[in-house]
Amino acid sequence: MSEIFLLRNRLIPGLNQFKVYLENDGFATWKKAVTSLKPEDMVNEVKASGLRGRGGAGFPTGLKWSFLPNTIWPHYVVANADESEPGTFKDRELLEFNPYQFLEGLMLASYAVRAQAAYIYFRGEFWQIAQKFDERIAELTAAGLLGDHLFGTDYSLRVYTHLGAGAYICGEETALLESLEGKMGQPRLRPPFPAVYGLFGMPTVINNVETLTNLPIIFGKGVPYFRSQGTEKSPGTKIFSLSGRVNKPGNYELPLGTTFRELIYTHGEGILNGAKIKAIMPAGASSALIPATEAALDTPMDYESVPTLGCALGSASVMILDETTNASDLVNDTVHFFAHESCGKCTPCREGTFWMSRIVDRIASGKGKKEDIDLLESVAGQIQNKCLCALGEFSIVAVQSAIKNFRADFDARVES
Amino acid sequence: MDKLVTLKIDGRSVTVPAGTMIVDAAKELGIVIPVFCYHPKLKPAGMCRVCLVDVGRPQMDRATGAPVLNEDGTPKIAFGPKLETACTTPVSEGMVVWGATEKVMEARKDVLEMLLTSHPLDCPVCDKGGECPLQNLTMKFGPGESRFKFDEKKHLAKRVPLGELILLDRERCIQCGRCVRFQEQLADDPVIGFYNRGRSIQITTFSTPGFDSIFSGNTTDICPVGALTTSDFRFGARAWEMKEKPSICTQCPVGCNIMYNIRREAKSSGRMVIKRVMPRQNEEVNEIWICDKGRFTYHYAESPERLTSPLIRRDGELVQVGWEEAVSYAADKVKAAGSSLAVIASGRLSNEDLFTLKTFSNRINGKAILHTTISGGDWVSRCGLTPGSNLGELGGNDTILVFASDLHEEAPLWWLRVKTAAERGACLIVVNPRKTRLDKYACHTLRYVYGEEGKALQEITSSSGEIASAVKEAENLVIFYGSEGLGLAQSAYVAESLAGVLQSGGRVGKPNNGLVAVWQKGNDQGAWELGFRTDEKLQETISAAMGVYIAGADPASEDPQLKIALQRAGFVIVQDLFLTETAKLADVVLPARAVMEREGTAVNGERRLQHYLPAIPAPVGTRADHEITSAIAQAAGLDLLEISVESIFERMTAEPGVFEGITLMQLGEVKEQRPSIGRNWKYYGGTSYDNHHGLGLVLPLNTEVPLLTAKKAVPVTEVIAGRLLAVPVTRLYDRGGTVTASDMLKERISSGVVSLHPEDAGKLGANTGDRVVLKFAERELECGLELNPDQPSGVALVVRSMGAMLAAPAEVAVVVKTAAKDS
Repeated sequence: MSEIFLLRNRLIPGLNQFKVYLENDGFATWKKAVTSLKPEDMVNEVKASGLRGRGGAGFPTGLKWSFLPNTIWPHYVVANADESEPGTFKDRELLEFNPYQFLEGLMLASYAVRAQAAYIYFRGEFWQIAQKFDERIAELTAAGLLGDHLFGTDYSLRVYTHLGAGAYICGEETALLESLEGKMGQPRLRPPFPAVYGLFGMPTVINNVETLTNLPIIFGKGVPYFRSQGTEKSPGTKIFSLSGRVNKPGNYELPLGTTFRELIYTHGEGILNGAKIKAIMPAGASSALIPATEAALDTPMDYESVPTLGCALGSASVMILDETTNASDLVNDTVHFFAHESCGKCTPCREGTFWMSRIVDRIASGKGKKEDIDLLESVAGQIQNKCLCALGEFSIVAVQSAIKNFRADFDARVES
Repeated sequence: MDKLVTLKIDGRSVTVPAGTMIVDAAKELGIVIPVFCYHPKLKPAGMCRVCLVDVGRPQMDRATGAPVLNEDGTPKIAFGPKLETACTTPVSEGMVVWGATEKVMEARKDVLEMLLTSHPLDCPVCDKGGECPLQNLTMKFGPGESRFKFDEKKHLAKRVPLGELILLDRERCIQCGRCVRFQEQLADDPVIGFYNRGRSIQITTFSTPGFDSIFSGNTTDICPVGALTTSDFRFGARAWEMKEKPSICTQCPVGCNIMYNIRREAKSSGRMVIKRVMPRQNEEVNEIWICDKGRFTYHYAESPERLTSPLIRRDGELVQVGWEEAVSYAADKVKAAGSSLAVIASGRLSNEDLFTLKTFSNRINGKAILHTTISGGDWVSRCGLTPGSNLGELGGNDTILVFASDLHEEAPLWWLRVKTAAERGACLIVVNPRKTRLDKYACHTLRYVYGEEGKALQEITSSSGEIASAVKEAENLVIFYGSEGLGLAQSAYVAESLAGVLQSGGRVGKPNNGLVAVWQKGNDQGAWELGFRTDEKLQETISAAMGVYIAGADPASEDPQLKIALQRAGFVIVQDLFLTETAKLADVVLPARAVMEREGTAVNGERRLQHYLPAIPAPVGTRADHEITSAIAQAAGLDLLEISVESIFERMTAEPGVFEGITLMQLGEVKEQRPSIGRNWKYYGGTSYDNHHGLGLVLPLNTEVPLLTAKKAVPVTEVIAGRLLAVPVTRLYDRGGTVTASDMLKERISSGVVSLHPEDAGKLGANTGDRVVLKFAERELECGLELNPDQPSGVALVVRSMGAMLAAPAEVAVVVKTAAKDS
């Protein structure tokens, strides 16, 4: 029986009300941490849990926390609530329906790295959710769970909300920091990394909402309990956002290591109209189009296994294509997405995504030629490995895999 | 001592200080890695990606920390999976960089192809053609043809005024960010920025007037394409059609090294004309920058108002005559005056003009007077900067004191150099009665009341206090004093006191220690070095003399008392470029040549002697100032016949004194300027010119000037209740002849001539834009009003050279004449 760590709102009605959350052991872990745990021990505990970042990179969370130097102060924690990857809608559910567990996680992370100020960066479209959060933070402050000298200790913590303004690039951690500082949301040069030079130039931890929501479980129920789910190298559960040509799209919290087959056919109840599945995109628009072979379907969804199919697990926004989907039409969408969202700082992404958008439009309009497919592949290759940040690099993944695996779809759209 | 690092680039070894970027280490070897967004004077951005190179580092064993070795014992080099930007990657020990492999060349070709997909095919009409790194790099590294469909190019606005001085072509812009970063990091005027994102990203301006920065022209130099152009030069000429004529800017005492670009034109009737002014690199003076005043105010030379014929007053009117007649008439007057002749010159003249005038004045036992706004040049001559001094070297242990000067208005490149010194760690002390643009960089700011300079000086020289210790304990101390609220008497007192600080600290004569005066003109310091002196009682001197001989000065425009004295003078001989207020009172007016029309030397405020050559031929009928003086002297029976600048210079440097033994050859010496910038087409630093024409040299101190004994304080001007203290201040864009002749700058000249604190204005019921009457003791004047919350109350700041003619602090009543809303 798989455990639910995160979408506990589905088990406990009204969990997004403060008193309901309190009635369900809410913030007991927080009080325990501030009054009796040592920050260094907490960092080690998270390392031992094997928790990996749930925003897409899968970087070991405890290791990231340990990079903060204890010689430079203050430290900051920033929650990345800029969920903008197409096909990803897991954080939204947490923020709307299990917000206090997320907040408790953010607070635990702050205590663990001794930050006295934490920020939640919401994508601009979440303005209503952010407004609600301001109310929730006020509730916590009134209840003595946030503010000065918590529980009679030396430790104080304030949480602030901040809204973005409609830019996918602000989910990239250094662009997020720039935006949070009031500047243009463009990524910074790395090194230095945010752990050493982050918000306002200070050591900063940036974690995804889902990642933080795991922390009350780890500290409240213990590492063995957390590790009871998932695999050795990818422990814990993951919320899989299933969408596309399936009967039941939605968020599904399952142990890491669950197969694609189980997600798509058991939970997603199979393909619409009984059609034949064609491809899987496990990481939203930044995915490769993985041909849905039997072997692929039986691949476990974890950070080690999925890359063997030629794509990272990413944020686990699993998009399903069937035989009615033309891959080149899909690529048209992803290319336009990246061209629209490119920040414009570096040449390959700014010019390359624009160029690709012109080519895919030509193909989609029926005026394309066979050479345009080769040109598209070539331009994608030209962008690769030259960009300042991951957005440019990911903009080509769907293009290259679609041409490689589903070239016939492109051929169908061009003049023969 | 910086730690050194050795690495290999393209198989060749180089050792550079730690922290050097790969792209600069490569330059040391003469290997060129192309750049667009990188500029050695800006922080690296890593945006354009054209500098991608293959970087390998010695592999280290994770467990032991020891280097992993190959079979042959050499360190194993691990190359990254991706190319790295050479401009953002600092060197490390044992690094191996490949900049010329096929992989790197392919990457460069790819990036260039991508840049050209949006870039328009404007080369045939683009100003930058011929001095454009995009052209050059495309020829060297780019593809021959583009695979982008021409019809699908994004079309953007091609003539976007970022203000009236700088125009942007959005299609040409390659979004390198140099302009934005220059404005933010160096000019401290973040008035332009990026707007929108992705392919729609564009440069926009946030200020009114647009691109409100006195350094805006520099962005057109460092722009790697023809996106930013000046409205002055745009579509003016092709780069290869122009010739280069090196010169010095004489608009302020910095003495920026410039290059005039000239071309012979049909529309100018076959005349050689100046098309634009560009900076010339001199890291010890102006680096690679010039301010907009220097860039755009050359138009006065071609003004139709230029005097081209001598004039003599007959029956009350000035009529045109020939040179012989005018010279002979002037000579007769001079002979008749004997020793009762006052010779008045300004810092607009070259050393040769001044030397000739001084020699002339000596011969007739007359008085050689410098007409200028502030005094104290003898102290600068004695305690000024010495050879080996360079503002660009000041840093952590040094102190810079700026007294009574708004450098941003008075000497923009010194503002920039002092600010960057402060950013390098120098302790900046700003002593001023009001807030200026330097305050935010200062360690200490000291405010004093206009007229009470003595109190501020006391604090600097006292035995205790942070400012006094910062001054005493500095490794090197450079002191600037300017013209903020000071007249001749006050500034002489200030200069003496500040010179005393340097003397008592034992600093006189040490490099990077000294007194610098922020003069109004380019060669005031030269005048002092050559023996000219200011005269606090000039009005009496003029009245007492039989006649006045004025060269390049316009006292009647600057001081009403002097205007009256000149009206009553026995006779007045004037040599100038225009029919100034002073010339209108003259008996003889002789047309002179502008600085770009003749050769000469000048001494800047840092006491650097610099040589300039003519750029364009002078208008027919004009003569150089020294030629005029020589001719008059000759006609008056004085033997003074040197005509060539070279021979005058030889005479000048034969005499004992600070100029002794200097040759023009020495002034023409150059040495490698670092960082190398100008026009190296592959590593592009901007269109500023390399300096092949001379860096000049700093004069030794004048030990003939006796050291300070006693200082006399200047009595504070009494102000009756209800009235204000009016003080003169300097502004960069005033109504002087050179600025007003450049029509393009008219929006930048403020209409307000006097500024008041809002509190004082409120009491008078006055608002910005009102016409007010300034009622002084002996005169009244109507002018425009501005409000300034950053100035103290009780004071009316009167801008010089705007017609208000205030030379020294004076009491004034201000009354509203016409409200702005009613006009």
